[in-house]
Amino acid sequence: MGCGAVVGGRSIEGIDLTKEAVIQGTVTRGGEPVGSAYVRLLDATGEFTAEVPTDDAGQFRFFAGEGRWTLRTLAPKADPRDDAVTAQRGSVAEVDVLI
Amino acid sequence: MSRDTALVTADWVEQHLDDDNVVLVEVDEDTSAYDKGHIKGAIKLDWTTDLQDQVRRDFVNRQQFEALLSERGVANDDTVVLYGGNNNWFAAYAYWYFKLYGHSDVKLLDGGRKKWELDSRELTDELPTREQTSYSAQEQDHSIRAFRDEVVAAIGAQNLVDVRSPDEYAGRLLAPAHLPQEQAQRAGHIPTAASVPWSKAANDDGTFKSDDELKEIYSEAGVDWSKDTIAYCRIGERSSHTWFVLKELLGQANVKNYDGSWTEYGSLVGVPVALGDEKGEA
Repeated sequence: MGCGAVVGGRSIEGIDLTKEAVIQGTVTRGGEPVGSAYVRLLDATGEFTAEVPTDDAGQFRFFAGEGRWTLRTLAPKADPRDDAVTAQRGSVAEVDVLI
Repeated sequence: MSRDTALVTADWVEQHLDDDNVVLVEVDEDTSAYDKGHIKGAIKLDWTTDLQDQVRRDFVNRQQFEALLSERGVANDDTVVLYGGNNNWFAAYAYWYFKLYGHSDVKLLDGGRKKWELDSRELTDELPTREQTSYSAQEQDHSIRAFRDEVVAAIGAQNLVDVRSPDEYAGRLLAPAHLPQEQAQRAGHIPTAASVPWSKAANDDGTFKSDDELKEIYSEAGVDWSKDTIAYCRIGERSSHTWFVLKELLGQANVKNYDGSWTEYGSLVGVPVALGDEKGEA
């Protein structure tokens, strides 16, 4: 298990962590997962890099490069939310997004 | 073409859900998204199996396109409204494809599936039934499709717009950061191409920016409005999004999408390639 993974985080089985800088997490509202949220990955200059919808468990994952990133989360009936995160090859950056 | 004819809002779609002459079509990169839930009455097109030849690298031919739309129940005089995930990348690609084969009335749902979901609008897993039609397509309209030789000839002569991310443009990546790094033999961009990532044209919720904002973005990047334009990306879907902006929203006369894009250009023998963040010389 990678040193950045936490209990309850999404399984990283099948991912070669020596090659990937993984950013993943869960979007929740009042403790409940939000399955219809969109999480955008913005680079250090604020430029759009990628976007994924969350799954039914509210989870998302990116294979980013090393460095500082911003996660911008959009969800129904919520204001957009930004979370800063640093990704490193060899570890999983786990982010709990509370909306 | 203009915003009024090429684009519809989510409200407009809701008001036309029971209109038999309006055919909603969902096209997604994730081809399973439709099966989990779609807008009521919408049919699905799978960009990998329905819209691509399964042997050669090319589109389905005119007869195959006719057979596809006939079987799915799309008539020549129907209003086709396309939408999808990924900020409408693949829906814009399908829009361009319908135009390529001469469908007269085709529109894009502004914001696509994301805007629909963020508005908490209804999705269903109920599959629609449509009567088979006898669809008739036109010959491909090559005034909107660029091939490799004209792309090489356009270096330093026309506007080339590279809509990939800055890292792909500079040659630091071969594909978007969340996708496998594969395909082309060489990284970089076509010399003299302006870098305008597709995302510059869209708001966070996936809707398009205003015409004034769009004009400023491309002008600042060096697009000469008096010249013809070719847009490209990696495989031609993100550049369909930009083609839609330049041709259908801003009404530029001669805009082509290069569907071969970087996966073809970056594998060609002997063509010039520029590396780094600068445009490079012709």
